[in-house]
Amino acid sequence: MHQLTLTDISKALAAKQFSARELTTHLLARIEQLDPQLNSFITVSKESALQQADAADELRSSGINAPLLGLPIAHKDLFCTEGVRTSCASKTLDNFIAPYTATVVDKLNKVGCISLGKLNMDEFAMGSSGETSFYGPSKNPWDTQRIPGGSSSGSAVAVAARLVPASTGSDSGGSIRQPAAFTGLTGIKPTYGRISRWGMTAYASSFDQAGFLAHNAEDCAMLLQATAGFDERDSTSAQQQVDDYAAALSLPLQGLRIGLPKEYFSSDLDSRIGDVVNNSIEQLKQLGATFVDISLPSLPHAVSAYYVIASAEASTNLARFDGVRFGHRCENPQNLEDLYLRSRDEAFGKEVKRRIMIGTYALSTGYYDAYYLKAQKIRRLIKNDFVSAFKDVDLILGPTTPNLPWLIGSKIDDPVAAYLEDIYTVPANLAGIPGLSMPAGMIDGLPVGVQLLAPYFQEARLLQVAHQFQQHTDWHARTPAGF
Amino acid sequence: MALERCDVEKLAHLARLGLDDAQINSSTASLNAAINMINAMQAVNTDGITPLANPLEANQRLRPDTVTESNHRDDYQALAPAVENGLYLVPKVID
Repeated sequence: MHQLTLTDISKALAAKQFSARELTTHLLARIEQLDPQLNSFITVSKESALQQADAADELRSSGINAPLLGLPIAHKDLFCTEGVRTSCASKTLDNFIAPYTATVVDKLNKVGCISLGKLNMDEFAMGSSGETSFYGPSKNPWDTQRIPGGSSSGSAVAVAARLVPASTGSDSGGSIRQPAAFTGLTGIKPTYGRISRWGMTAYASSFDQAGFLAHNAEDCAMLLQATAGFDERDSTSAQQQVDDYAAALSLPLQGLRIGLPKEYFSSDLDSRIGDVVNNSIEQLKQLGATFVDISLPSLPHAVSAYYVIASAEASTNLARFDGVRFGHRCENPQNLEDLYLRSRDEAFGKEVKRRIMIGTYALSTGYYDAYYLKAQKIRRLIKNDFVSAFKDVDLILGPTTPNLPWLIGSKIDDPVAAYLEDIYTVPANLAGIPGLSMPAGMIDGLPVGVQLLAPYFQEARLLQVAHQFQQHTDWHARTPAGF
Repeated sequence: MALERCDVEKLAHLARLGLDDAQINSSTASLNAAINMINAMQAVNTDGITPLANPLEANQRLRPDTVTESNHRDDYQALAPAVENGLYLVPKVID
């Protein structure tokens, strides 16, 4: 059962091949048996999952056959879940039981999805390796010595190891696409504002976007369909019609023009990953797509602009963790200042403190214009690059990451080296366009992802191309040994 | 311009992070490395470019000025480190 995709499970539940309770029991047993070596879950919701499974089975026996009814999923631990700890993998929220449920989780609950629990991540989504979690790093099931990517680290590991068929994640600078690439999954980051941010703990508010990690594009389409759309409780939610994603999957690729930005194939790229990307290009050509060389000239400055703006937003957002209303409070504060200083020092990890400091610097008197405002101008140049490119091409294709997943601990003391690994993913967040990573090859037993980028709200096109690719390849169907 | 130790102390205070000496030292090195990386963007010509704050360039949506939320004070205060009679408790601020 654990090898099935969401789509397979949906059909099997409808055909009564097994019940939601049988499936949930099986997956909970796998989590208990296998997760100690992977550390992908922070909280396993055993009892409530079984209750949700029974409720789904009852509805089905009463004749209801909704497509997502009884499908198991797990949530990145920054989505608020009423009555369940929502820690953001931070010490400060180790005891935080969310008083309400995030819109994306609520929508999935309402269509009958079963939540198996909450998934590990980089603390407050700050990191691209999973190593900054207060609960310890998640391990890549393809090689447990290596990082699975991040910040949606547990979201990637749990799905790749077949502990759950799909998961929610969030992507502010690549946090869905990069771990999807490193673990052999399909990960979609929709357009900024496509899925509500309500109840998703803020890291960098003008970048944060919820999305999904699953085995294939078809499963991502199903989850996106159930969750996309306007939410009046999110002030940046997009008032844009939601397309029929499932209908787009089967459309042929004939006539589709795909741009290859030269900046995505620079000397930073591991040439073996370049070979994988080239193979996927050949495959898509055979399916009818045509390729055009393009340029996104401002892309080399994307990482700088991203780390200025995201850190500035993070320093502002995390000001709310003051030890007064929620979160960790230090022992015996001498005065209010001491309460703030010690509570925050004790509660945040190194990387979170670093980004708060970078952000504070970029926003401080005398540096605002040179850093924050400058980065926002570069953000506009990057957006302009994409808008201009999409006048000539329907999609953009390139690698998701410049390198393979690295060994746990190998970059922990060199944050800049880790930041530079985000070079191919942050541009989409700066521009706010949708992106998808799909498995397209293996190198030394490790998965490699190819990234697709589309114009605003053209998620259907991403899913279509990935689905057509997956009809003719089997990279997405591979399972790491032992899982 | 490289950050000195006193700059990092000032930043830590602005951010209300009570860093000890060891953390100030290690932060000085890692912040300088990050700022070096970031400074590459200073070479970009951005004359006449309008800063971009929201990727969709959306404006803040307005809503009618009516009460839409019910009172959740007790639920929210259940999460607080210290409350009394519906109030959040902090150390004495005024002598």
